[in-house]
Amino acid sequence: MSHRGSRVLRLDALARVEGEGALHLRVHDGTVAEARLRIYEPPRFFEAFLVGRGHTEPPDITARICGICPVAYQMSACRAIENACAVTVDGPLAQLRRLLYCGEWIESHTLHIHLLHAPDFLGHPSAVELAREDRAAVERGLRIKQAGNAILEQLGGRPIHPVNVRVGGFYRTPAPQELRPLAERLRQVREDALETVRWVAGFDFPDAVCGHDLLALRDPGRYAIDSGTPTAMAAPDDSDAEPGPALREFPVTDFEQHVHEEQVPHSTALTAILDGRRHLTGALARFAISGRWLHPTAAGAAREAGLGDPAAGTVCRNPFRSIVVRAVEVVHALEEALRIIDAYEPPPRAAVDVRPRKAVGTGATEAPRGLLYHRYALAEDGTLSAARIIPPTAQNQSAIEEDVRRAVQSRLDRPGPAAGDEELATLCERAIRNHDPCISCSAHFLDLTVEHT
Amino acid sequence: MTGRTVVIGVGNVFRRDDGAGPAVVEALRDRVPGDTVLAVSDGEPGRMLDLWHGADTVVVVEAVRGRPARPGRLHTLSAAEAAAGGSASTHALGLGECFALAEALDRLPRELVVHAVEASDVGLGPGLSEPVRAALPELIDRAAVTVRKARERRLRERDAAGDAEGGRTATG
Repeated sequence: MSHRGSRVLRLDALARVEGEGALHLRVHDGTVAEARLRIYEPPRFFEAFLVGRGHTEPPDITARICGICPVAYQMSACRAIENACAVTVDGPLAQLRRLLYCGEWIESHTLHIHLLHAPDFLGHPSAVELAREDRAAVERGLRIKQAGNAILEQLGGRPIHPVNVRVGGFYRTPAPQELRPLAERLRQVREDALETVRWVAGFDFPDAVCGHDLLALRDPGRYAIDSGTPTAMAAPDDSDAEPGPALREFPVTDFEQHVHEEQVPHSTALTAILDGRRHLTGALARFAISGRWLHPTAAGAAREAGLGDPAAGTVCRNPFRSIVVRAVEVVHALEEALRIIDAYEPPPRAAVDVRPRKAVGTGATEAPRGLLYHRYALAEDGTLSAARIIPPTAQNQSAIEEDVRRAVQSRLDRPGPAAGDEELATLCERAIRNHDPCISCSAHFLDLTVEHT
Repeated sequence: MTGRTVVIGVGNVFRRDDGAGPAVVEALRDRVPGDTVLAVSDGEPGRMLDLWHGADTVVVVEAVRGRPARPGRLHTLSAAEAAAGGSASTHALGLGECFALAEALDRLPRELVVHAVEASDVGLGPGLSEPVRAALPELIDRAAVTVRKARERRLRERDAAGDAEGGRTATG
């Protein structure tokens, strides 16, 4: 069937994406002419809001950008300010930060897996129907999520917008015995997390390949979460049957020389590209670049789930399988959190002194959705004269648009009955959700328009 | 979180009128009994379910978008009405979906009331718009009245039954 004439279909509120945005899809003569994802960008507002503030304020202020990943914003902000002030936070304080970050990974990933992404694979319009049909699976997710949340409450002071984090460390650090009940809670959901990997591994995954360069932090010896060097893995070259995992890395200080943001007309958002090429950050990129350093339990779960052997540098390029990778990362984060608690010895001080100086500092960490970069320029007294935030979703925008285009095109090319707009809309939503876009660091509604010309 | 009554202000204080719920919670601090749990949330369902776990009465205060819009207009909804309302809420999954999820998991509190104000501006930045600011005292009153009535009812029930412990809220 060919689409004659012109028709615009408007679908309200694309659910199950964190936040707000819009997708405009233009189909011309059976070909996707355009897939434009529009995301709103609070980071821009916060950049302006930060100028003139003190150098100790970015962790608290930027934590408000996103209710789902406040820790990521705090950690990238702290690293950037500490970098400017030539301070390194290490030892138990760094371990506690990583523990807090694990809590956020567990919580954010579990939310996405169980309440947002899984319904796509099981033919449910939302988690509500999933809960009616497979209550145990949703309950399992809520248990894991609560355990992650418990870390945030314990270390962050409260579950959303944690208040205990500061430049240089924390306001208060826990005594080892305070972490014991937390460890107990985490142990209780270990089996739930493994069961979740098995559950999602059994889903049906459409064939798809994302041919983007992958970008993630790399911290040899461990799965990068709160530190590491930006490292890119090129997309496989069609002419090369057996592409090697050629990695190239660059220091965080050079980030903006490699990842450029450009304004595109349809969005207030800037679209980021890596050295002139489309790139993807997030779970798939981390798994490709750091997979060999997963905890053995997580690596075992990955193998059993059919992702290949992380120790051998396996790469997963099917965006639909990102749900499996996230489930594996939850297992890793749980094990990592338990390892940190077991080895924890309280630091002598809750924070190291971070004296301001006139300098520019950069910092990057792995937010649940991907690499999150901050840069701050400080005056002599610490007053911020510039702030720059490049969130993962802005970096992933082009890759998501390309995934949407490919998914729709491959459906349009399939023989048999033509796809209705509703089917196309569902397909688009799935292609977007594969990358868990934190459009809520952008906020609330995603409207979808499909235009046939 | 335990507490007989939980008030949750849902919203983001950096999205103008979306901060109405948190503003109401702040204003309630001196106006409700000390055993009332006051919380602010982004509305994410998992956290909402945690917040009202074990609660008898849950009061949700938030900003909504009306169609057609009448900024500052107040709405009071039951859980069922809110669940049927779908995505009128400004929050990611929608409060309606959150309530429906709670229902599917048998985690709805015994009483759930939503007090909402129609937003005018959910753009970036702190501070409420004029229509919402003007409506705030009434919104605070409504939330406070719900809290008070819930308490009175519990006291009556305690007198009548002797023991009001072990509410019907499912454990998770």
